[in-house]
Amino acid sequence: MVQFTLPKNSKVLTGKTWPKPAGKNLRKFQIYRWNPDDGQNPRVDTYFLDMDACGPMVLDALIKIKNDIDPTLTFRRSCREGICGSCAMNIDGINTLACIYGLDEVKGDVKIYPLPHMPVIKDLIPDLTHFYAQHASIMPWLETKTNRPAKEWLQSIEDRSKLDGLYECVMCACCSTSCPSYWWNGDKYLGPAALLHAYRWIIDSRDEATGERLDDLEDPFKLYRCHTIMNCAKTCPKGLNPAKAIAEVKKMMVDRVV
Amino acid sequence: MRYITARKRAVGKGSAHSGTEHHWSMMMSSVALAFLIPVWVYIVGHALGQDYATVRATFAHPFASILTALVLVIGMRHFAMGATMAIEDYTHGTTRKMLVIFVTSLSTVIAVTGLYALVRIAL
Repeated sequence: MVQFTLPKNSKVLTGKTWPKPAGKNLRKFQIYRWNPDDGQNPRVDTYFLDMDACGPMVLDALIKIKNDIDPTLTFRRSCREGICGSCAMNIDGINTLACIYGLDEVKGDVKIYPLPHMPVIKDLIPDLTHFYAQHASIMPWLETKTNRPAKEWLQSIEDRSKLDGLYECVMCACCSTSCPSYWWNGDKYLGPAALLHAYRWIIDSRDEATGERLDDLEDPFKLYRCHTIMNCAKTCPKGLNPAKAIAEVKKMMVDRVV
Repeated sequence: MRYITARKRAVGKGSAHSGTEHHWSMMMSSVALAFLIPVWVYIVGHALGQDYATVRATFAHPFASILTALVLVIGMRHFAMGATMAIEDYTHGTTRKMLVIFVTSLSTVIAVTGLYALVRIAL
């Protein structure tokens, strides 16, 4: 349900300002901090980095802060090239991947928060348990009823090309956590990421569970909470368009009954 | 505290197997209103400032009265369905159900009242 104010113990306070390092090319970073073990409210700490000694990406800056200034700063990261989706966070008001978001793309101070409207585990780490469970609920695998072929399920080049723009999704949750419908009704609405994956399997020529998949999605909340707000397409760090995939699912739903 | 798995929480009560009719109805009524409303506004605008007898005569004309009836029925149905969707977005539980009942009732009353007035004028 929509909430316009944060609970008292969730109000974000001004945190610690860490000492400035030596160097002339300093840049200010404001980073959300919350530790479940200290019983304190969330806070925003201020750090300064010498950009002459820092890599070009936001993740480079976070790693430098963790290595050189504050080892307690907590965030997820792995591949450092936009493939794993681990370092998804809100940077300068945009949900994106810290590893492929350049510091030169941010004007002024660099403000970094966890993905919005998700429970926070610690600092910049959101709890994505429900998000992953929703993804699992759309059965993200090939469902077949025909006996398994001796070698492989064949697919034409044309049918394979229908998966382009869908299979690239790395499940970083940037799209779902930018969607107001997902904020207000994320308990029932599957969200852009899960629905994009659902369409990826619905449109797969090898899959034999199209009807069951559409049946499972036909729901006022699971699918039809999408109001084509398009935040998902705007924020996707991989340049995908979940809103278009959702619209295609809706068209298939209509085609079944009209 | 409930000891249920994340998967069970995500699946919830399962699919309602509905929503497509609502979606298709909204699409159709949107297109219909895109044609109906401009013509209806033109007729209403034309009648504005006229004397009582002229306004009655305008809406007693078959074209204007049928158009007004369509605007009332389709418009109020569109309003009810759209408002229901907005209510479902922002409210939960009993509040949601009460507001949906209120909006549905309100749109029905407006449509029926308008049709009654139209019949009084046109017949």
